[in-house]
Amino acid sequence: MGSESQILSVGAYRPKRLVPNSEIVDRIESSDEWIQQRTGIESRRFADESESLLDMAIWAAEDALKNAQLTIDDIDTVIVATITFPFQAPSAATALLQRLGNPKAAAFDINAACAGFCYAVSMAHDFVKAGTSKKVLVIGAEKISDFTDPSDRATAFIFADGAGAVIIGESAEAGIGPVEWGSDADSRDAIQMNPSWIEVRNTETQLTKADVKWPNISQEGQKVFRWAVFSMSKAALKALDAAGLTVNDIDAFIPHQANVRIIETMAKEMDMPSSVVIADDIRTNGNTSAASIPLAMDALLKKHPELHGKIALLIGYGAGLVYAGQVVKLPPKP
Amino acid sequence: MALASADVLAGLKEIVEEVAGIPAASIELDKNFTEDLEVDSLSMVEVVVACEERFGVKIPDEKVTELVTVGDAVNFIVNASN
Repeated sequence: MGSESQILSVGAYRPKRLVPNSEIVDRIESSDEWIQQRTGIESRRFADESESLLDMAIWAAEDALKNAQLTIDDIDTVIVATITFPFQAPSAATALLQRLGNPKAAAFDINAACAGFCYAVSMAHDFVKAGTSKKVLVIGAEKISDFTDPSDRATAFIFADGAGAVIIGESAEAGIGPVEWGSDADSRDAIQMNPSWIEVRNTETQLTKADVKWPNISQEGQKVFRWAVFSMSKAALKALDAAGLTVNDIDAFIPHQANVRIIETMAKEMDMPSSVVIADDIRTNGNTSAASIPLAMDALLKKHPELHGKIALLIGYGAGLVYAGQVVKLPPKP
Repeated sequence: MALASADVLAGLKEIVEEVAGIPAASIELDKNFTEDLEVDSLSMVEVVVACEERFGVKIPDEKVTELVTVGDAVNFIVNASN
């Protein structure tokens, strides 16, 4: 038998290049004002060639290890949540272990899109609780700029790059609550990455290179907004209820950083009291999919160090459509 | 039983004022949500969901873009309640 689990530390890596709205508006015939009004995004970060998805995942992991005063040798399981690692196999998790010098731990990647981090946290919690693992390194890492069409008016200003990590380990008291998760698989077309690799290959061999369409991300904004606000606020409340808590018992709300309008409307739907600190990392760092929650957690704790050890509600949601949410105790001060 | 147009308009005015902060007095049947009232696509989703709850009707995602004017929304809701 295992033990209760908790988040021991958080770590982050943000790409060096900050890209303001002014840099991307021309290609989508938009404006800084339009983007800010609809998404709250002022800037985002795009990784360059010296910052691969794997590099970012490793740097975030090293930060989390340092903050927990652990080394990679203390880790027995690695889960990387990502939809933009550019190799089908082997996984980003094994590449990370090889580079960090612990080529023996259990390691795998998962695809639950923007919900991937919360899915992985739930799995890590279950592994520790079952005794399967003692210390799990959970990473959300994305380089979505590789899979975004810079001229797509629905997505070019939303998505961004980065990596965040947490270490989940044993604990005397419960530090991670029951997960509330599921899907709305009838809405698989609401957020997609198309075409498939098979179509890319077939197009490439049959036509000129200029006709090859790359698998870029696309989304139906209104549909996703409706689902995110009205279904996800209910799911988040269920995650609270599963932990025996209400919105009045939490100190922070760290939802997936999809859109400030979604975050604010969700908080309104949930009757979130003003005492709850709401993460809004998206304003300056964009939507980093599976990386957004650990990055937002890192930013929140740097801005509000008094929140270390306090109670936060997490909820991730994205392409699938899939979602997962849970209450966690934020990691102690490093 | 179908809802009365006047009741739906009155309710819709309250919802648009609440969601988008537009004074109810300026909301009339011929007003275009986007151009006249500056209700953007995301606020429109909030208006639609509030209408569903208030009037007990279902307004599917694909219908939302067809609701161009306040009158379009009133007619849709009245017909859907039938």
